[in-house]
Amino acid sequence: MNRIEVKDLNVYFGDAHILKDINTEIAKNTVTALIGPSGCGKSTFIRTLNRMNDLIPNFRHEGDVYLDGKDIYNPKMDVVDLRKKIGMVFQKPNPFPKSIFENVAYGLRIHGVSDNDKLNQRVEESLKSAALWDEVKDKLDNSAMGLSGGQQQRLCIARTIANNPEVILMDEPCSALDPISTTKIEDLIHKLKTEYTIIIVTHNMQQATRVSKYTSFFLNGEIIESNLTDKIFIDPKNKKTEDYITGRFG
Amino acid sequence: MDKNNLSEFIIEKGLFIMAIFSIIIIFLIISFVLLEGLPAFEDYGFFQFIFGLTWAPNDSQYGVFAMIIGSICVTLLAMLMAVPLSLLCAIFMAEVAPSKVRKILKPVIETLSGIPSVVYGFFGLIVLVPIIRENFGGTGFSMFTASLILAVMVLPTIITLSQDSLRSVPHEYREASLGLGATNWQTIKNIIFPAALPGIITSIILGMGRAIGETLAVIMVAGNVVQIPNSIFDPVRTLTANIAIEMGYATGLHYNALFGTGIVLFIIIIGLLVVANYIQHKYKVDVGGGYL
Repeated sequence: MNRIEVKDLNVYFGDAHILKDINTEIAKNTVTALIGPSGCGKSTFIRTLNRMNDLIPNFRHEGDVYLDGKDIYNPKMDVVDLRKKIGMVFQKPNPFPKSIFENVAYGLRIHGVSDNDKLNQRVEESLKSAALWDEVKDKLDNSAMGLSGGQQQRLCIARTIANNPEVILMDEPCSALDPISTTKIEDLIHKLKTEYTIIIVTHNMQQATRVSKYTSFFLNGEIIESNLTDKIFIDPKNKKTEDYITGRFG
Repeated sequence: MDKNNLSEFIIEKGLFIMAIFSIIIIFLIISFVLLEGLPAFEDYGFFQFIFGLTWAPNDSQYGVFAMIIGSICVTLLAMLMAVPLSLLCAIFMAEVAPSKVRKILKPVIETLSGIPSVVYGFFGLIVLVPIIRENFGGTGFSMFTASLILAVMVLPTIITLSQDSLRSVPHEYREASLGLGATNWQTIKNIIFPAALPGIITSIILGMGRAIGETLAVIMVAGNVVQIPNSIFDPVRTLTANIAIEMGYATGLHYNALFGTGIVLFIIIIGLLVVANYIQHKYKVDVGGGYL
């Protein structure tokens, strides 16, 4: 079953044609990796899925994106609700300059949860899901800015999980982290995939093979090839894919 | 020494000399004010000077308390009007306005700060004083009139600095908040405004410094009666006005007392600057500590 379907998607920033005729499906409760050289449109693509590109003044799109069969660019679509359902983890860990607790509680609060017991419970659950609880349970009131980069990124994941999303978009979540933190995040992705649909942009080919079931290869704004990760890395159908994954360019 | 190194050397030393020179000038001014003002404290008595209620140079009475209160009241009332207005304006410019609107608004507001204070004062005298006389009674020369003029005068300072501080909040915070499904206003209220708060408080304090130091516009509309005002429509005299009005003919202890007034003003402004610096440094080290 597909959670997200993208049909004939074209994206423009002003005159620049960033994404060209994208057609793809994202299966439910799986990890899909997006690979490709810098500037090929991977990030733009995932930011199209939660309408973060709406923030860019000259953004324009054609085609349709469906979440569970509903067109997310339909004028009736509630963007706030959409972004609650499709959470996002950014490249650079970006916790708010607030306490650890308040970072996780933020999404709950803005969506109207004010009951303290419920907040405490959801914050604990989310931090546990993000494998951060044991490290921070005694200092929930400390500033999140005092955590290490890897901890901050897991906090950002916890913050996203707290909203109980259906899909989590990750835009190179490990690119600013050291190998040990990266391993922790990857373990976490394995754990989360049973409950969430995850789309991860990565520059690290090994990471794609380690965490994902499906992989799409982007080049110059097009999807060159989409397949099971095992297939795409062992037996790519397209010459360009093969050149990229064997490190001949990019 | 080759040519490049020589010019580096000259520029470096030149800048150093300029910096030292301006510091020396400031130092000289301060010592001059202290030298001329301190005799007032000595001869008249420090507490009598600060807390004395009567200012009557003909009678050799030099109590500046009413004027300290006058300066503080005029400034606070001005801030009461200016702060909400300028913060909303800064939020609008930094977060809401499309870039075209911002490009027009910014120079307009910066121009406000370039208008000479005598023009503000003249406007107050011709336009505001009659309006207040007709609507609120009295002569129209009042603490309220002065505060109104000052409020307009400090707008550009607070707006420009708060706006800079709002815009320097990392874009990542905004994205994170919006990405969690927050609305624009929730993001501004819960994330951006708190993160910019140290800078905003600093801008308010600098605005206060400007208001408390303003002289000419205040003299033109405040009425300048030495008294502790009973209502905001009573005339007041500020510390700055006191110096400017009487300096022309003061001699002897009177002359020293005016410099003493300057010292009091100086201390108040230094106090404000210290608070501003403290807030900025305190929050720069640890952004929030969970209590933003």
